[in-house]
Amino acid sequence: AGPTEIMKWNGWGYSDSRFLFNKKGQAEFTGKRYRLSGMILPSLKDWFEGTFGASLQHKSPATVSAIYIYFFNAVQPPTLNEAFVEDLKSVGIPFSHDAEDRVFRAHGHCLHEIFALREGKVGRVPDLVVWPNCHNDVVKIVELACKHSVCLIPYGGGTSVSSALECPPEETRSIVSLDTSQMNRILWIDEKNLTAHVEAGIIGQDLERLLNENGYCTGHEPDSMEFSSLGGWVATRASGMKKNIYGNIEDLVVHIKMVTPRGVIEKSCLGPRMSTGPDIHHFIMGSEGTLGVVTEVTMKIRPMPEYQKYGSVVFPNFEQGVACLREVARQRCAPASIRLMDNEQFQFGHALKPQVSSIFTSFLDGLKKFYITKFKGFDPHHLCVATLLFEGNREKVLQHEKQVYDIAAKFGGLAAGEDNGQRGYMLTFVIAYLRDLGMDYYVIGESFETSVPWDRVLDICRNVKERIIRECKERGVQFPPLSTCRVTQTYDAGACVYFYFAFNYRGLSDPVHVYERVEHAAREEILANGGSLSHHHGVGKLRKEWMRETLSNVGMGMLKSVKDYVDPNNIFGNRNLL
Amino acid sequence: MNPHRQSGRAGLHDEEDFVDILEERRRSSDLGHALRTFKPQPYTGALPCSASDLNKSVLESQYLRYMTKEIAMETGSSVEAVKQEACGILEEMSHNLQLGFIRLLGFTLTKVFKRIFSSIHVNMEGLSRLQQAIQECPVILMPSHRSYVDFLIISYILFTYDLPIPVIAAGVPLAGMKMIGEILRRSGAFFIRRGIGSDKLYWAVLSEYVKTIVRKGFAPMEFYVEGLRSRTLKSLKPKLGMMHMVLEPFFKGEVYDITLVPISISYDRVLEESLLAHELLGVPKPKETTMGLLKAARVLQEDYGSMHVNFGHPLSVRQLSQNKINRSQYNLIPRDLPQKPSAETQACTNWLAHLVVRVQEEGSVVSPWSLMACLLLQTPSATLAEEGLAWDQLTQKTLWLRTLALGFGACLNWPGHVPESDVMSSSMALHHSVVQHKRGRVHLVEEKDPAGNRPVSPEEGVLRRAAAVLMVASYRNQALHIFVRPALLVTAIHTTKSTHRDELFAFFCFLQNVFSNEFIFIPDRASEDFEEACSLLRKCGAVQISPQEVAELEAGLQTTCFLQALLQPFIETYQVVLRFLCEEADHVFSEKQLLPAVRSLATRLILSGELHTYEALSSDTQKNVLSALLRLEAVTKLRTTESKYRVNRAAIRRIGDILSGKIPPQMLIAAPDARL
Repeated sequence: AGPTEIMKWNGWGYSDSRFLFNKKGQAEFTGKRYRLSGMILPSLKDWFEGTFGASLQHKSPATVSAIYIYFFNAVQPPTLNEAFVEDLKSVGIPFSHDAEDRVFRAHGHCLHEIFALREGKVGRVPDLVVWPNCHNDVVKIVELACKHSVCLIPYGGGTSVSSALECPPEETRSIVSLDTSQMNRILWIDEKNLTAHVEAGIIGQDLERLLNENGYCTGHEPDSMEFSSLGGWVATRASGMKKNIYGNIEDLVVHIKMVTPRGVIEKSCLGPRMSTGPDIHHFIMGSEGTLGVVTEVTMKIRPMPEYQKYGSVVFPNFEQGVACLREVARQRCAPASIRLMDNEQFQFGHALKPQVSSIFTSFLDGLKKFYITKFKGFDPHHLCVATLLFEGNREKVLQHEKQVYDIAAKFGGLAAGEDNGQRGYMLTFVIAYLRDLGMDYYVIGESFETSVPWDRVLDICRNVKERIIRECKERGVQFPPLSTCRVTQTYDAGACVYFYFAFNYRGLSDPVHVYERVEHAAREEILANGGSLSHHHGVGKLRKEWMRETLSNVGMGMLKSVKDYVDPNNIFGNRNLL
Repeated sequence: MNPHRQSGRAGLHDEEDFVDILEERRRSSDLGHALRTFKPQPYTGALPCSASDLNKSVLESQYLRYMTKEIAMETGSSVEAVKQEACGILEEMSHNLQLGFIRLLGFTLTKVFKRIFSSIHVNMEGLSRLQQAIQECPVILMPSHRSYVDFLIISYILFTYDLPIPVIAAGVPLAGMKMIGEILRRSGAFFIRRGIGSDKLYWAVLSEYVKTIVRKGFAPMEFYVEGLRSRTLKSLKPKLGMMHMVLEPFFKGEVYDITLVPISISYDRVLEESLLAHELLGVPKPKETTMGLLKAARVLQEDYGSMHVNFGHPLSVRQLSQNKINRSQYNLIPRDLPQKPSAETQACTNWLAHLVVRVQEEGSVVSPWSLMACLLLQTPSATLAEEGLAWDQLTQKTLWLRTLALGFGACLNWPGHVPESDVMSSSMALHHSVVQHKRGRVHLVEEKDPAGNRPVSPEEGVLRRAAAVLMVASYRNQALHIFVRPALLVTAIHTTKSTHRDELFAFFCFLQNVFSNEFIFIPDRASEDFEEACSLLRKCGAVQISPQEVAELEAGLQTTCFLQALLQPFIETYQVVLRFLCEEADHVFSEKQLLPAVRSLATRLILSGELHTYEALSSDTQKNVLSALLRLEAVTKLRTTESKYRVNRAAIRRIGDILSGKIPPQMLIAAPDARL
């Protein structure tokens, strides 16, 4: 079965996994794939209705879910470049111009993309999908594309949230989506140097599973790792949850092979570091499909960790939490992952607690709550929680854990157990599913991120959250929005901050437009407060307008001249970035 | 959109509902008021912060640590010594707000206010807007400053209405007064030295102190953007140092927004009136001492009529500075490190400060007496002092002016239910120290010699008359903002004898440029001001307007004559100073030399009958001319010695010639800048 059957075509993730409110009005998560699957979440309904002013009575289901076959019939017929198709046939590379295949690859997961699909609206889609099986296939496809003047858009896991996969409506050439999913093999593992050579179409969870079978891992775990591909990580400069131990993608890659209209670009050896002028990898990483297709990557691997332990710390307020993270970063003792949620997210996390089977556990929960709020005097409307993940050998993990908890204690932090920690991480995988649930009940939302120096973390969090709330009000949103943030990564000189934002759109005639204006304002606020345009989502087309001020004129010129040299005819015409 | 347009444009009876807060005090217990439960809500993000917490976070701030080190390096002293010095500065500066003192003060002020004021009117809507604003973000209270009474009235009102007591910026001389200094300190005042100049450490401590107050937001901050008490009762050109300190936390993103609340405090009669006039004539300001204050206690036996406190619409700095400031300019320097404000930041600060003063003006409540003062000054001073002006004539003209002022959108305090002549008589009575109504005529009252009516020298006589004139002039000044824009246009029409819009506009801009130290014009708004002037004059039938032309109408003669005469004293004074600099001054002079020399020239000219306005003796106007000439680069400050200036005679002559219409307006369009 292809991904189009296992995966939703107008929502996030697996078709069998979704949130719904059952007949009793209780939330449950279907399927068998996740820890939360098959469970009832008793407090989600109250949280959902209370937070958004939403009601189970007011449904806004996807309009075309049942009759999507008619919808696909309505997709514009493909503009095919016959000569290209003929040549493709003769080299034996599989392709399709089936409407379903084309629509599936015409979008990422931005709110406006999913919202449009649910409404049955579809803009320009690729005219053809091709499935190369290996590096050489890609070389052939790119040659043919150049020969016949066809626009190529590389497609990996399809999890983009920057409008990177959208077909430029002004494109007149035939658009071909180059799907790398069949290039999914580990070509070799080098145990002496601890590297693996992998085809770039491999999906994160498969890569990790296959390496695990050999006793290794990459340790690269972006929140999208279930669906995103290695090539996509390289093309967007991805960041993983456990970067404190394993590094971000730029620290992990040793060698990259990319096919461009000018030919193949790669380095001549696997030296761990080179001083050979500017690192050409840095033209490839973050190129967002504008220069070519990444086909093969050699990356570092590590032996699987012996021991993993989750943990969590409750702080009386967000300020103390940030101060603690800053101190942990100063002492360079960050665990594999450390994330700090603000109060709203803390409450959100609580709403996702599954039904407890034993009276004893619920009693314990009650006791804990009593201890923290009444005995320690934490205000439940201000407290916030940090979730932790330690990895390594057992003894060292326990030692490390103690060090971190000792620092936390200096900032008024109280250890709050492994469960809370683990639930926090689970949340990252199911939150995208929750957006689909929201959309069934007039709630739309999205997350976006930035990176910022330590001295501005608190200011940016406060100002952006406030800006979102005020912009919503000014734009006629009838209910107070959910506007919340978390600090998800720590660095020596700053942190990565994630904002989550959702609102009930009842009463708005063009909710997506309102959403986009608010996100736009929020991004302006981020930039005005010293935040970056993006920490790891990339620019795509969504954030292009700010590139010049981000990079300076000269910087833009440098990037443009690379594009002009590598791809003078704009074969890789997705128009991201520049 | 012009946010400041919302405020107080209409006559006060249509829009703002003023309540006399003394009325309840007269009915219920003063002690009860002073001891009432007081539980104000500061803004949502703010934690309480005691005076010592505040000092601690200032001293421990990264910024001050950095500056301390830098200054130690520069001066060669030890870091510890500089730190000690900073501590000392902070000690001298810091407030020590205590609720107990606010209560004591509340009790005392109630007693005093009831005695000297017949009423204190406060706009309740403004207060409720303020209450709302205080909960949303840090609030800066920005009252106009005409009297020492301003100093605590806001705290008194906020206490009465359960709003957080502000921390107030005050001048250090007040701190030096025995007891009073301490009382003020405990009522929330903090003290700033005058003439800080280049004392780097002092600036550092002050700015960190101010910014910490704004950032923490535990209490509103109050300061006078005009910097000083206005001796002339006319709005002063705003000072920018403090303004910039207050705004920077927003520019740097340390707070989401800052709300500026312009407050207009208007007096029927100002306690310090006679002192002010004397200061303007060169009699130095008495040092602020407690004894001085006690001696001044006799002023407490007089009646000062009523007082209006008008809380303006809160102005959002975030909203107003949109597109004026690119906040990302702060991204590349650590936020705790000092950064010289960019030209853009300075322009924005300047613009906002002017806007606030303009809003203060628009919200100020003008008394009937101010209108009468406008008219009295258009009678030659000698006539007014000797023969007087017929009461009937004054009445009739005042009523005419009332209509004009209302048409121009003035906020008038003209009681509706009392016969008009009674209103005027009681205004006269309130100001008996300067005018008297005898046998159907109104006379200017000149100060008597303490030793009796011995004959005085002609020069002394001029000075005495000038004192009386300046006192009347200060009340006229309270109404100037209503008329100044149309008056500039009328002056342009009369001086250029042109009807071409672009020529008039060029001259209008020239006047704004020359007089921008005299009257408040918001920067970069000349064309809006011009349009406003045109439309007001058209509305009252004084001019006819077409796309290219502005033509005076016969029917509007009374209006245009009045408006031109209103500005005449200023123009004449400027001409006198220009003439002095061209003909009599040395090439290099100091301010100390200039003022007495101009005064004696003006006295001479008055005695010889060449000059008609006694206002030319006002040191305030003379200083304004000097500032204007400096700005226009007709006078340059010498670097070598302090406060020495060099004259550029050609430039000065040109300004004088344009002002008197000797240079045709076409030349102005070609070179619109008043600078050479």
